[in-house]
Amino acid sequence: MNWIKRQLKTWLLWELVLGLALTGRYLFKKKITVQYPEERTPLSPRFRGLHALRRYESGEERCIACKLCEVTCPALAITIESEERDDGSRRTTRYDIDMTKCIFCGFCTEACPVDAIVETQEFEYASESRKALYYTKDMLLDVGRRYEPQIAQNLAANARYQ
Amino acid sequence: MTWLDMVIQGGIWALEILAIVVPVALSVAYITYAERRIIGWIQVRQGCNRVGPFGLLQPLADGLKLFLKETIIPTNANKFLFVAAPVMALMPALLAFAVVPFGETTLFGLWETAHVMAIANLNVGVLYVMAISSLSIYGILMAGWASNSKYALIGAIRSTSQMISYEISMGFSIVCVLILSGSLGLTDIVHGQEGGLLHWYFIPLFPMFIVFFISGAAETNRSPFDLPEGEAELVAGFFVEYSGMWFATFSLAEYGAMILISLMTSIMFLGGWYPPFEFLGFIPGTVWLLAKAFFLVFVFIWFRATFPRYRYDQLMRLGWKVFLPWTMAWIAVVGFATYAGDLSENLSFISDAIGFYQPWR
Repeated sequence: MNWIKRQLKTWLLWELVLGLALTGRYLFKKKITVQYPEERTPLSPRFRGLHALRRYESGEERCIACKLCEVTCPALAITIESEERDDGSRRTTRYDIDMTKCIFCGFCTEACPVDAIVETQEFEYASESRKALYYTKDMLLDVGRRYEPQIAQNLAANARYQ
Repeated sequence: MTWLDMVIQGGIWALEILAIVVPVALSVAYITYAERRIIGWIQVRQGCNRVGPFGLLQPLADGLKLFLKETIIPTNANKFLFVAAPVMALMPALLAFAVVPFGETTLFGLWETAHVMAIANLNVGVLYVMAISSLSIYGILMAGWASNSKYALIGAIRSTSQMISYEISMGFSIVCVLILSGSLGLTDIVHGQEGGLLHWYFIPLFPMFIVFFISGAAETNRSPFDLPEGEAELVAGFFVEYSGMWFATFSLAEYGAMILISLMTSIMFLGGWYPPFEFLGFIPGTVWLLAKAFFLVFVFIWFRATFPRYRYDQLMRLGWKVFLPWTMAWIAVVGFATYAGDLSENLSFISDAIGFYQPWR
């Protein structure tokens, strides 16, 4: 009996028909493609994108040029030079991040004692030249100015896990 | 025959050829599009939908890209054969369309009798198609040999042996059709199936219908028999070294052969241009034939989205040890059934039953 059943299944191509039925069902399923420029997936508050340098509400830069981020950076993407400012505080004169080297590990953010360097959720900064990817202090501060509300919100959302 | 007559005749031929080749080329372009969309949908993706509305201009963009690309001829290649191979592959695929009858027309009542819409309404059309479509092996073999690359050569050898193996069972399954129709002409084969779904040859010859269609997939190197281009081991098979327009010529030939096999299956087993039910006769026959053919093309694409590739020994086993005995046995069965009535009066009910499908008796 079993033998007959097996032979029937073989010669009627039963397994192949089952396979075709399965793919035939999938043909009409709802497609899961996210059509990117028009649709986007939600991003985690911990998303590690483009870097930003933050300021206090008073307008003072947060960065105190401790160079912990420069030391911890595994890709050697950060370059910092610092000087004493007129009021006696230590400030950076140069804060460059080479985005072509950066591996977006987020160690700089973790190392920073004053939450000055952070990573935003911005990831659409592709450019046609390498030069546009060498971010200077001014550019990073500008990114921080643009994304400050979002950055503050994400830091607050993540605060109780740190 | 005057000069003028000859020029007019030549012009008509040229128009007839254009009327076949241009739609074939266009359908090949849009079958590649349909293939990408359908496989995408089956894999729960969208497929190409960016170029133009619903991505409908994608084939044009692809064609333009391939036209503008450089054709690289490898230094150690045999240049003449290398350039001739794509032409040799494409030519038979297009030549075979010359005898395919696309339907019958009276040209809106202009002619008194119905004329068959084919460039050449040969009375040995089946033989012609078999002979011409076998020639495309030469293109593939030449491509593999001329490329001077081991991958191309192995791909070409695989393709050739596969096509030769499956040609035999394909030929035998056609013999069954010929026993029923009593004619080698494609038009007569279609006429033999007049009168609705029950008269179609896929009912008495169902196993042969399956064998023919699967062998067709093997003949055209379609998945799951696409071993000649198995990318895991052979990169791309016999056309590894080709780029640009010559590469496109190969895929034109492959998809052209796919349309041809679908058309031949519809003509020989699915009633050609006849509608399945009489009351659907108001739809023109050509539409029915093309609908059947393109449904089969869809099934080819469906196969590709469903089945994993065969191993080479499995492929050969299927061709020689399964299909060949089956087709030969079925020829014997159909032949016996046809002449059973002559052997004994008691058996005449068998030949009467099969005679339902045999207009020549």
